[in-house]
Amino acid sequence: MSQPTMKVDVDKCTGCYACFLACRDEYTGNDYLPLSAAQPPASQSWMRVEEIERGTFPKLKVSYIPIMCQQCEDAPCIEASTDGAVYRRDDGIVIIDPEKAKGQKAIVDSCPYGVIFWNAEKALAQKCTFCAHLLEAGGEPRCIEACPVAAIQLAGDRLDEGEKLHPEFGLDPAVKYAGLPKNFVTGEVVIKSEDGEECAANVTVVLKSDTEEHSTVTDIFGDFEFDGLTELAGRILIIHHDGHAPIEIPLAGETSIDLGLIELGFGL
Amino acid sequence: MTEQTYTNLTNAGPVTVTVRDGQIIRVRPLVADPDDFKPWSIEANGKTYSPPKKFNLSPFTFAERERIYSENRIKYPMKRVDFDPNGDRNPQNRGKSGYERISWEEASDLIAKEITRVSDTYGSSAISGMTSSHHNWGIVGYKMGPFWRFFNKLGYTPVFDNPDSWEGWHWGATHTYGFYWRLGMPEQYDLLEDGLKNAEMIVYWSNDPDSTRGIYTGQDSAIWRQWLKDKGVEMVFIDPFQNYTATAMEGKWIAPRLGTDTAMAMAIAYVWLTEETYDKAYIESRTVGFENFKAYVLGSEDGKPKTPKWAAEECDVPARTIVALARQWAKKRTVLAGGSRGGEGGACRQAFGTEWARMMVLLQAMQGLGKPGVSIWGTTMGAPFDASIYFPGYADPDGRMSTSKAADQTPVNPTAQRLYRPDVPDAILNPPYSWVGEGFCGNSLEQQFKPYTYPAEGCSEIKLWYRYGGSFMGTMNDTSKWAEMYQSPKLEFVVNQDCWWQSETRMADIILPACTHMEREDVGEWGTGNGYTQHASNGCNFRVIVRQQKCIEPLWESKSDYDIFSLLADKLGFGEEFTEGKSDKDWAKAFFDISDLPKHISWEEFDEKGYYIINVPEDYKSTPSLRWFAEDRNCDTPDLGNPKRLTEEANQLGTYSGKIEFVSESLSEHFPDDQERPVMPHYIDSWEGHKSPLAGKYPLQLLSPHPRFTFHTHYDKHTPSLDDIPGHRIKKNGYAYWPARLHPDDAAARGIKDGDIVKLYNDRAGVLCCAVVTGRVRPSVIHAYASSAVYDPLDPGDPNSIDRGGCVNMLTSSRLLSKNAPGMAPNSCLIEIEKWEGQI
Ligand code: SF4
Ligand code: SF4
Repeated sequence: MSQPTMKVDVDKCTGCYACFLACRDEYTGNDYLPLSAAQPPASQSWMRVEEIERGTFPKLKVSYIPIMCQQCEDAPCIEASTDGAVYRRDDGIVIIDPEKAKGQKAIVDSCPYGVIFWNAEKALAQKCTFCAHLLEAGGEPRCIEACPVAAIQLAGDRLDEGEKLHPEFGLDPAVKYAGLPKNFVTGEVVIKSEDGEECAANVTVVLKSDTEEHSTVTDIFGDFEFDGLTELAGRILIIHHDGHAPIEIPLAGETSIDLGLIELGFGL
Repeated sequence: MTEQTYTNLTNAGPVTVTVRDGQIIRVRPLVADPDDFKPWSIEANGKTYSPPKKFNLSPFTFAERERIYSENRIKYPMKRVDFDPNGDRNPQNRGKSGYERISWEEASDLIAKEITRVSDTYGSSAISGMTSSHHNWGIVGYKMGPFWRFFNKLGYTPVFDNPDSWEGWHWGATHTYGFYWRLGMPEQYDLLEDGLKNAEMIVYWSNDPDSTRGIYTGQDSAIWRQWLKDKGVEMVFIDPFQNYTATAMEGKWIAPRLGTDTAMAMAIAYVWLTEETYDKAYIESRTVGFENFKAYVLGSEDGKPKTPKWAAEECDVPARTIVALARQWAKKRTVLAGGSRGGEGGACRQAFGTEWARMMVLLQAMQGLGKPGVSIWGTTMGAPFDASIYFPGYADPDGRMSTSKAADQTPVNPTAQRLYRPDVPDAILNPPYSWVGEGFCGNSLEQQFKPYTYPAEGCSEIKLWYRYGGSFMGTMNDTSKWAEMYQSPKLEFVVNQDCWWQSETRMADIILPACTHMEREDVGEWGTGNGYTQHASNGCNFRVIVRQQKCIEPLWESKSDYDIFSLLADKLGFGEEFTEGKSDKDWAKAFFDISDLPKHISWEEFDEKGYYIINVPEDYKSTPSLRWFAEDRNCDTPDLGNPKRLTEEANQLGTYSGKIEFVSESLSEHFPDDQERPVMPHYIDSWEGHKSPLAGKYPLQLLSPHPRFTFHTHYDKHTPSLDDIPGHRIKKNGYAYWPARLHPDDAAARGIKDGDIVKLYNDRAGVLCCAVVTGRVRPSVIHAYASSAVYDPLDPGDPNSIDRGGCVNMLTSSRLLSKNAPGMAPNSCLIEIEKWEGQI
């Protein structure tokens, strides 16, 4: 049996929240038994969007990460439940049984992704079902239908490729991501001249560590950028400048950095 | 359990509505038969671009169900408890006193009597009123339909709208390149194809299309920008705020000081002039007045060459960055994304915003506006589009029951008196009041020069004010004065008719509950009102006409606006004449009948099926905007409003000379000595900017653009789910505050931390917001969206009270763009901000 899952492209997501609101429209006040019970008004976020800012003014980047149940292979929510209240279907979708899960608050706390919510009125743990009731009817999840840029897509079967959200949780989620934000290093190269300074375009900038080397050139504004880095410490940034000794800047720290203005001397 | 689906249309997309047992349970993007879509495709760079068969709604549309069932609906007719039409009216208590429920019978009797009394005592010009925009969709029920039909019959004093979203283009750019029939925004035909094929760079200047979404066209254009990005088109964003389009597209972010964009534009022209990288042949043949402009930029007029160094001082952007941008712009085929639909950014809504808008046109003129890849294109309109099929929009005279040939007869209003929206309180409180310009001046440039005085000769001051909608506290400037106006005894009677309790609702004597577009019958086209934005539905990937089917009965005791005015007309003795015996569905059919749709689908089938998609014909021939002008050919676009089209002058623009005017001939003729909107654009220090003396006391500049997560005020307040979007509101102690974004340095200097409740204030007002400390705004700028729907004064009824709902428009000045350019200028606003030590 095929196991549908979702592929999320963070680089495409514009942070519009249509997915979040469409999800609420589907489930607020609406039962889809035996898959899910109605959500109380404006209280749960089975699909949420996390905004991550990286860097500093004016070299700032913002990523929007849509997060829903990750459909983990060894799902802690299943483990935490009793009486089979949380179960995995043959198609891989993890479902919280809206009858059996009554009173089982431990299910909420078991999920490190924070995608399970407590319905106080019904004393019930609730979460995303991948819109299983719509999939069964040949449709698609509401978040996917709502997304204007296909940042969330349905994959017909389990994906091995792709990034995991929070790999440090040590789980094996079926949902896979692309473009999850990492650290970046940026700077602006200028050339001093007699009557001021100019943006230094087309300057080669190299980022080196013991094991790897990346190279780029500055754009028309003299800006360069290396994104997708995990570690910064231990790397060296080298700016090549014809006729001069290269400028070397050792990097440190654990977050994205803007090295600011890097001035090349007169005489290029 | 019975479940049924209906089709309907919102101001941000077509929907399929599921109803179970009389209750709406789901609102989805319109579910259409896949066979009904024939997607267009564009070939560029060996790739084919074609849209998926779907409709992309704006996010808030998914909260439509919450909005319809909102606790904030006006449920019953109401009367202010201390309002006695036969005794004490207590106008001073408007905004303070409570209300009691009354019957429709009592409410309509009372209103009809007041209309008769005021009309008999003072003349019908003493009656005025106005609508808010956009809250519902559908031409039968739209604000210009029943409302105008009713009030024209009474002979009321209409209120001119101001083009509040794109002021500088209207009052400025029209004098540079015409397009007054589009209120200053240029035609956008086929610019998507041109962009994909030819653009190498796009400069987004004061423009956040991912948030303003071509006004009505939902999120259909989001994928276009993704295509452009994937294609490797370079993108530059000029905005003091790193807006959402910028965060999604990345690219270069340039953050000038608020109010200095014109200086940067001048410096770009300076680089082109001195490096001779402008299109000389185009300047020679397609423009007039260039030599004067050149002299000004090079400094011979005022001794100040407009160098990048000079601009750097003004803008706080390095000169080198301005030079690099200018050089690349000249070198690459560059789209200027500003000014067209979706480009109604802050730079045109501030002191002397006319100058910036005119400079945008002139910069592109220097690079050959209209040539391949050289356009003014907001990236939200201009998909392939079949313009041959006519369907009326609300801005077409034929799309309103007040003026349409779909009606047997339409009453003509004999009253010559007018009011002007931004200044209604000033006029009412302190007459006489004079201004220049007819508001939306879409018929001629001369309308902009027409002087008005209130009260007009032979007319009365306003005594009866009928408000339909009520959002001005969140959208107009210096709005405390609206509260003062409402409490004035000059207004003897105030009515408010709306679906929801809004900021002004509590200022009325009688409140009437209207229903939404899901509770009545209607018809409409997605994405366009036509008229001044003819064919705006080319911002959608598919043109679709929707039969807006009544999904549920009007909730509580609400009625459709049409039924309300029919009832009042009946009481006043002209009910039959008003309705012509037609139901709202009869009107929908009447509009259908005057459109071209009957040639393609029968009413019965359309009524049943609920929609009709107008696909682009297979032999579609594109006619990119202004290509005809660049090539000195006759206009070949379907721009119906262009009065020179299909005439002997069809190769000309709408300016006096027919060319792009560096020195405006219309301004030279009518206001030759105006120093605030000179005949040729100048950089003029803002009347409330970083160099103003007031900046000593209030050193921060407030930037309040159109909001991202609501449609103006609509959907805010009535949809609790939006309060869970942190970019929209932030909850603190259970109260959803409006975010105010500030730079970390400004926050640190004031001891403000992220999440603190802060007071934004100046001499005009104080507003509480939640601080968001972020590098997304430049230093000295506070970014807080306009259009909070929550006016929540700490002391209700006191116009000087601090508001905690986030109506930052209370802080903005009501001073207009300039002496003779009566646009509003909310983005020239100095404030200070401090941590709020009071209760939260
Ligand atoms: S993401 Fe959370 S709720 Fe979903 S399967 Fe994993 S543990 Fe369970
Ligand atoms: S709908 Fe798509 S683009 Fe919008 S927030 Fe969700 S994933 Fe992102």
